[in-house]
Parts: sequence; C-alpha cells; structure tokens
Amino acid sequence: MIAEIGHFAMTLALGLALFQAILPMAGAARGEPRWMKLAEPAAIGQLACLLVAFVALTNAYVTSDFSVRNVVENSHSLKPLLYKVSGVWGNHEGSLLLWVTVLALFGALVAVFGRKLPPGLKARTLSVQAMIAVGFLLFTLLTSNPFERMIPAPLEGRDLNPLLQDPGLAFHPPMLYIGYVGLSVVFSFAVAALIEGKVDAAWARWVRPWTLLAWSFLTAGIALGSWWAYYELGWGGFWYWDPVENASFMPWLLATALLHSAIVVEKRDTLKTWTILLAIMAFSLSLIGTFLVRSGVLTSVHAFASDPDRGIFILLLLAISIGGSLALYAWRAPTLTAGGLFRPISREGALVLNNLLLAAAAGTVFLGTLYPLFLEVVTGDKISVGPPYFNATFVPIMIPLLIALGVGPLMPWKRGDLPQALRILTAAFVGAVAVTAVTAVAILGELGYALIGFAVAAWLVGAAATELWRRAKPTSRVSAGDAFGRLFKLSRASWGMTAAHVGVAIVVAGATGTTLLTAELITKTRPGETVTLGGYAFTLEDVTEARGPNYGAQRGTFTVREEGTVGGGQVLTAERRVYVASGQETTEAGIGSSMMRDLYAVIGDSDGSGGYTIRLYVKPLAPWLWIGSALMVLGGLLSLSDRRLRIGAPVRSGTASATSAPAPAE
Amino acid sequence: MKRILFLLPLGLFIIVAGYFAWQLLYGRDPRIIPSALIGNPVPETELPPLKDDKPGFGRADFGSPDAEKAPVLVNVFASWCGPCRAEHPFVTALAKQESIEVYGLNAKDNRQAALDWLRDLGDPYAKIGFDPQGKAVLDWGVYGYPETYLVNGRGEIVFKHVGPLYPDLIERELLPRIRALKGEG
Repeated sequence: MIAEIGHFAMTLALGLALFQAILPMAGAARGEPRWMKLAEPAAIGQLACLLVAFVALTNAYVTSDFSVRNVVENSHSLKPLLYKVSGVWGNHEGSLLLWVTVLALFGALVAVFGRKLPPGLKARTLSVQAMIAVGFLLFTLLTSNPFERMIPAPLEGRDLNPLLQDPGLAFHPPMLYIGYVGLSVVFSFAVAALIEGKVDAAWARWVRPWTLLAWSFLTAGIALGSWWAYYELGWGGFWYWDPVENASFMPWLLATALLHSAIVVEKRDTLKTWTILLAIMAFSLSLIGTFLVRSGVLTSVHAFASDPDRGIFILLLLAISIGGSLALYAWRAPTLTAGGLFRPISREGALVLNNLLLAAAAGTVFLGTLYPLFLEVVTGDKISVGPPYFNATFVPIMIPLLIALGVGPLMPWKRGDLPQALRILTAAFVGAVAVTAVTAVAILGELGYALIGFAVAAWLVGAAATELWRRAKPTSRVSAGDAFGRLFKLSRASWGMTAAHVGVAIVVAGATGTTLLTAELITKTRPGETVTLGGYAFTLEDVTEARGPNYGAQRGTFTVREEGTVGGGQVLTAERRVYVASGQETTEAGIGSSMMRDLYAVIGDSDGSGGYTIRLYVKPLAPWLWIGSALMVLGGLLSLSDRRLRIGAPVRSGTASATSAPAPAE
Repeated sequence: MKRILFLLPLGLFIIVAGYFAWQLLYGRDPRIIPSALIGNPVPETELPPLKDDKPGFGRADFGSPDAEKAPVLVNVFASWCGPCRAEHPFVTALAKQESIEVYGLNAKDNRQAALDWLRDLGDPYAKIGFDPQGKAVLDWGVYGYPETYLVNGRGEIVFKHVGPLYPDLIERELLPRIRALKGEG
C-alpha cells in the first residue's frame, strides 16, 4: 500500500511540475503577475509530493518489503540499517528518485528564499526548473519505476553490492547529487536570463550563491568518493581517472570557472555571454555525467540497465535540454550587451586566464573520456586512454593555473601592473624557493615532479596569506598590530576565498606526496614477524576470524612503530570481508593517519602454512588530500554565508523587508 | 562572424549527441571486441624475458603451418591492473588442469612490481614476455587489461577475450575450443 502511495505521489509531482513549467512562463510573457505567482506553491507542492515518494521507498527498504522489486534486487534483511537506507539510492531507479527529489528541493528553495528576485526572472527560472523535472519524472515513471511490485515476493533480497556498503559511499551520492542538481538552478537562471535578454550585475549576484552551494557539495562529494576509493579498493590510490570519476570532475571544473567568471559579471558587468555558456555547460556535463557515464552508456549503450528504451529516452531528454538551451544561447546571447573593457594584466584578465585554463582542463578530460569512442566510430579502432594521457595533458594545464591563482587575487580591477603584483609577492616567492631548496636537498633532486608540486603548493599558500594580509593592511599607515585586529573583521567572502585557495594548495601537496613519494612493499609474512618500510617497522600481531552482520572477515592486526623504537606504536586493523549473500570479497585497508603521513596496510591471502600476503604503504601527506578538500568546502560555505551575498539587491523598505528571510538565495 | 561563434557550442553538442544516437541505434555492442587478428598468425614481435630464469617468447615459440606445435594461451597482464588479479586464480587453474601452456605478456609494467606480483600470487606461466613500452601490445591489438588469446598449433589466433576470465566463460567459450584444438593435434 505504502509503495502505491509513493507511486501516486510521484505522478502527482509530475502534474504539478507540468503546471509549474507552463503557467508561470506564460504569465511572465503576458505580464500576468498572478500566473507568475503560481510557480511558488507549485514548486513547494512538487517537493512535498516527492518527499512522500522518497519516504515511501525508504520505508520499503527499512522494513525489507520484498514485494517491491527494487528492494529485492538491492537489499538484504541482514544488512545494517545505514546500508538499508543508502541502498535506496544505490541503484538506478532509486537514484533517479533521489535526483528528482533534490531537483524539486532546489526549486522549492528558490521559491522560498528568492523573495527579492524580480518576479519575471523568478517565474521563468522556476518554470525552466520544472521543465527539467517534467522530463526526468516522465523518464522515471515510464521506464524506471522504483515502486514496481514483484509477485510472488521472495523471502530474501539479493543484497547491495558490498563495495557500496561503506559509510564513505553511503553519503557520496547524495552529496554529489546536491552538487550536480544544484547546478540546475544556475542553468535555469541562465536560460531565464536568455529568455529575458538581460544579464547584469544583479543577475550575477543572484546566481553566485547557488553556484557556491553546488560547488561546495560537489567538492565534498568528489572528495568522499576519492576517500572511499583510497581505503576501500586497497590499492592506495585516490584518483584513477576512470569515466565515472571524470564525469563528476568535469562539472566541478566548469563550476569552479563559473564561480570566478560570475565575480567578473558582478563587479565589472562583462564576460556575460561566457558566464551564461559556462552555466549551461556545467549543468549539461552534470547531466551527461549522471545519466550517460554512470549508467554505462559511454562504454556500452547496451549496458544501459539492459534496456535500450531508456537510452533513447535519456538521449531525447538530453537533446531537448542541452540542445534547446544551446540553441537559445546561439539565438539570444549575441544580443547581450558587452560591458566594460579591461587590460589583459588585471584582475579580470587573471580571471579570464583562470577560466580558459579550467575550461581547457575540462575539455582535456572530456576528450580523454570520449575520444576512444569517437575514434571507434570513425575508424573502427579501439584504443584505451589511461592515467598517462591525463598526467601528460591535465597536469601541465594545472601548473600555470595554480601559479596564476597566486597572482590573480592581488591584481587590481581593470588595469594591473604585473611587476608590481609580483613585488608584493616577493615573500611568497622566497618561501616557495626555500621550500623547493629544502625538498631538493631532502630527495636529492630525484623526483623533479614532487619538487614542482611542493613549490606550487608553497607558492599558493604564500600568495594567499600575502593577499589576506594586504587586505588587513592596505597601506603602510596601518600598523601591524591594527592589521592583525582587522584580519578578523574582514568579510567572510575574503576568508572564504583564502580558505579555498589554501585548500587547493594543501590538496596539491597531498596529491604530490601521495603519488610521488609513497613507499610500497608487498610481501609474505607470518604473525609475529616484523617488516620495515620507509622508516617504520610493521609487526603483524595476529590474524583472526571476525563476523559482521552480513559478512565474515579475516582480520589482521598490525602494530607500527618508528624504526628502532620499542613499545607503544600505532595499531592498524585490516580486513578482508566475504559477504554472505553474494560471496563477493572486499578489502578494508588498515590506515593510521597522522598530520604528515598515512600508514596503510592490507591483508591478503593465506599461503596455507601460517603466512599471509600483506601490502604496506607509507604515504607522506595523504591526509592533506582530505584536509585540503574540507578546507575548500569550508571556504565555499564561508563565502556563501557572507552578508553581502544576501543583501546585494536593493532592500525594499517597510513591510516588504519584514518578509525577506535572511537566506543565501538573493 | 560573431554569430558563428555563438553557434559553435550547439554545433559541438550536435556532434556529440549524433554520436550517441548513432551508437544507440546502429552501434554494435561495444563489449564485443572484434579482432583483426583472429584467424591470422601471431605477430612477429620478439619479447624479452621478464624473469632471469624464465624465457620470453616470440614468433618461433608458436607453431606455423609447416611445423605445428601445441596450442598456447597468451595472457596479457600487469601488476597495476585490478581485474588481472581477479582472474589470476583461473589462469593458474587453466595452466594446471588443462595441460596447456600459458604465456604471460607483462605489459606497460615495472619489472620489480611485476616480479613482486608474481611472487605474491604465484606464477602459472610457461614463458613470460616483458613489454614495458607497450609495443607488443599494439602488435597484438590489445584493447584492455587483462586480455587472453588462444593460439592454435599453426600459430594462428583463434579466439580472444577482453577482460578477466571467469568460470562461466572458461566453461562455455574457452575449454571447448582448447579441447577441439587438442583433438585435432
């Protein structure tokens, strides 16, 4: 019964979305304020319906209702509660439901918090948002209904893929979806602005918080996924350049570019058509990412949930939404007026460079992901593109980007002076060179790349700190003591930018340490024996059998001490799990983190005579990857909480302002 | 001129969408990978040994129409490849139970990593060719890792599988062919 309520609520949501797509748009065209107003209740109602549907499906999972096909295929009664819940979105149908629910959530957020938006822009934005919802609700209801019954109901379910039964991955999809779908708001704003034919500083100010929100969640989602790959796959890598990762990385790169170009639109009223294009492309790549790559269409159309109808449907949806918006762009964008001019050496210039490099990076990843397929269509050849391609193309684009990132924020608007900007950065530069020298001595110049990585990271931190300090101490008349006090009065946006940029630096350092300076050892050992690696002594204390709720495990306990010391030490627990329902094995690496390194141990097969294969890594700076990512997210959220973003638009006086909730929508 | 610039994104999208549509409507299943080499003699490439105590292999190690030899499996592997690890027990079992020689083609790998890998998982190979630059990989038309070729007594590739071997595939596709080849020979 509850499943039927869920199904019905979804159908109702489709009706509301249709209504919301048509009436407000017509109202905005004909100047009917009452029609335009209808968008708000419709958006909120749509969210309410989808929440009911989502709760209904979650209920089916939590109670292990095996009369629902989706639950049978992806759940098991022995599964811990957390994974019963995360199983809801661990499959095609359920993840679609989550996707449309988050889409409706963003529509409702615009409806509720967008009180100060001009009514026409708001009505059109919500209408575009609803058009996307109509498409994907239709797709869900017609081809991928999560509420389909299975009669007779089996006694037990087939379980969720054990690799997905993990806290890191439980929250990875919702985070990523909030990021992907958050970009839909920006897309809707861009399309609405194209229809209105007006893009100005106010528009940019309304769009930026949504971009920031989506970007922050996307960053968190990607970092979570990477963290999961790091400890769950047991190979010590954190990024594999596979199509699924690339699919989330491309929208991230473009959202990052958009974040920066929107600043230029806001401050200088220029770069408008480029910003609109970025907004459209960022969401388009999210769509391509979620629906083509994740479903395997990229590698094999036939793998698309083994149902070609779905593939055709999705392709039509993409053609209408992406093709339609790009056609609108080709038609309307040339009429948008260009704004102020600027010199190449200026803040705008630096941001344009940032945008070009980020777009080029996204293009590189796109090519690397799709080129093999294109080549096959054209010539019939099959090739594979792996990490070497990405290392050879992506990294060289990133290095100038990161160097420019240090200089950009110090440039004045309109017209800058590169030598002057560089003089300001002397301290940062000296710092970078010093670190380079120390690194060079430490590793005897053996690993040039590591050197460059650390130099770039140090440069970024130095430049970001200098920039923050200059904000606090704009002239020599402000004393250092006063400047220190002023530091804490700087806007949250300033701190947000600094935090995000320092976060990038920390990720760069972490990635450099983790990939280039890792020590690795695969060997056979018996309990009680000690192996040394990278200055640490790993002792395999014992190997025991352990039981989880739905798996059995072989658990190896390691004690790690610094070489030459006795007693104390860090305890690592590594497991090899075999899941009851599927018989599938997973590895759980034992990881001991400290600020400067990760100790990483994996237990493998027994050789039958008391010995075990073990894999050990010492990964310098690995925790920095996650610390830096967290700092980037924090920077985004800090910036989002800045008062200026909320107050930007002129506040109406009197009674109207009483209703304007302080929220990040304006 | 300016107009054309604004049409560019749409144009690019149409190309991408067109590709997807073509693939969807007329594309064959990309999981089935044809090999131009099937029915043809193995490539001439000479592969140096990976290990000091085990030879590499080359054209002369396979049979030819004039001088037939026993059929051989060629298994492409690398220590960095996760699925290779997954299929390794099956390769080992095949080498043991079917009394067919398996040649390993260690590709785009680091020698020490490959040696560690083999020490770790066991070495079922009769001969192992080492191809750090991936040159032989091109000659053999390797598409993905791992990949397995069945070469008949006349030195012709008769079957190829991309991706890890698994019991069902071995039962259905590989064993009947191996047994047929042995029956002939």
